[in-house]
Amino acid sequence: MVAYVVRRVLAVFPVMAVVVPFVFVLLRLAPGDPAAIIAGDYATPEAIAKIRTALGLDQPIHVQLGVYVASLARGDLGRSLHSRLPVSTLIAQRLEPTVALAVATLVFAVGLAVPLGVLAAWRAGTWVDRAVMVFAVGGFSIPVFWLGFLMIYGFSVRLDLLPVQGYAPLADGFGPFARHLLLPTVTLGLIYMALITRITRASVLEVLDADYVRTAHAKGQQPGRILFTHALKNAAVPIVTTIGVGLTLLISGVVITESVFALPGLGRLTADAVLQRDYSIIQGVTILSSAVYVLVNLLVDLCYLVLDPRIRY
Amino acid sequence: MACVALLAPHLSTVDPIEMKPAQRLRPPGAVHWFGTDMYGRDSYSRVVYGSRISLFVGLTVATVTSVVGLGLGVFAGFVRRLDATVMRAMDGIMALPDLLLAITFVALTGASVRNVVIALVIPQTPRVVRLVRSVVLSLREQPFVEASVALGAGVGRTVLRHVLPNTLAPLIVQGTYVCASAVLIEAALSFLGAGTPAEIPSWGNIMAEARAHVRVAFWLLLFPGLFLASTVLSINLLGDGLRDLLDPRLARRM
Repeated sequence: MVAYVVRRVLAVFPVMAVVVPFVFVLLRLAPGDPAAIIAGDYATPEAIAKIRTALGLDQPIHVQLGVYVASLARGDLGRSLHSRLPVSTLIAQRLEPTVALAVATLVFAVGLAVPLGVLAAWRAGTWVDRAVMVFAVGGFSIPVFWLGFLMIYGFSVRLDLLPVQGYAPLADGFGPFARHLLLPTVTLGLIYMALITRITRASVLEVLDADYVRTAHAKGQQPGRILFTHALKNAAVPIVTTIGVGLTLLISGVVITESVFALPGLGRLTADAVLQRDYSIIQGVTILSSAVYVLVNLLVDLCYLVLDPRIRY
Repeated sequence: MACVALLAPHLSTVDPIEMKPAQRLRPPGAVHWFGTDMYGRDSYSRVVYGSRISLFVGLTVATVTSVVGLGLGVFAGFVRRLDATVMRAMDGIMALPDLLLAITFVALTGASVRNVVIALVIPQTPRVVRLVRSVVLSLREQPFVEASVALGAGVGRTVLRHVLPNTLAPLIVQGTYVCASAVLIEAALSFLGAGTPAEIPSWGNIMAEARAHVRVAFWLLLFPGLFLASTVLSINLLGDGLRDLLDPRLARRM
């Protein structure tokens, strides 16, 4: 088992070894010279060349990549091409709204989706099941940004219950923080919930056919206990997998939701960086979110060992 | 929805890009069914024309992704030596957040329908490759494939006659899901201003323009969103239906 854990942890490196050069080369191949943009509209060719040398952009691309990977290994994401501030500082400044939204969404979605999915599986074939499935398929088809605006229109503009847009840091008190985060969380959570509800229902449904569930019924075990201890525990592996794989959906959703609700998070940082062709920031954010994805899926894989003692590679 | 897209010129009541400054931001009514936008353009006609872009992008992305994914998947499944290389590359691309990648790509290469399609194909392909490869791997252990190889059929013939037909069913099902998510992401891209150029009406950029007028002209946002959601819903339901039809074993599991 220790060997498996070590092997699984090492498997992170080949994936990142694809991600980093891919992002790096893609950004360098794109048209548009960052040196010319920094220098401004009236710069002389000499001035542009000077900036290019200072930034190391005149080096061959594999040399630039080498320099970048070496500094990545030291935990240095480079400096913004424009503000010259370290990318890690810029990311740290914008991290709070993004992490707050992602965590709140995850808690909201998983907290509601798992019981809903179990309920649908337990009452399979009834109107309860059908209602949950309509919600699950529908939730998967609704555009996040549209739902976001419906929410803003309904709860903020019409009913005037919640703030329209913006963000209040946690440091300024929990009340305003929660009020600003509520609509974005529900918006994004409904989409993510749809995915998890569906997979929960499917895997619980499969387990409910098993012999040990019939045995539990026969010995007079209460239905609630059967559902949550016998069925859900054995159905957990696909559910946890989906939560991990669905993380890309969540990351994309966070970018859109931040834009709709005007949250000053990483999504906005990236959108601004794209407009300014600030390669270092785009690179930093993309590589960081890939790393988060890879690490979460590593944790998911390691979770299997706990969830299902039969998995012993 | 496909009919709406094909018949757009006949269904729309007025020219979708014609501007009538005198009739700005009119609510829905008899003349302008879905109202008019801030330039006095007829929202209903724009929404009808918008279906063309969405369905074109969805279908093109689904087709290109399926073809590329099928090729790479069969290759990875059959050429043992390169299997690991291809799959690690696919794992790497899958680890990139699809929307971030697409925004970056479109922003750097310029907004055009072609670039949007490329930006959507890249992150979707690994999903198809993984699916095809897993099917191919299980197929090559099947008796009828082994028999074909034993009888002296070449790799080309084996793949063409025995493997490809059996990968088609899951591939078509996966293709419909790719199509649905491509339609959604295209709209999101256009909405964020990194998708279909503003002069071509698409559901995403119609809604992007509408967001500035949510308070006074809510209908501008409501209708394209309804069309978008029902299109994606129909494609998803089509996928579910096809899956139940083509593979009854999978139907139980989902």
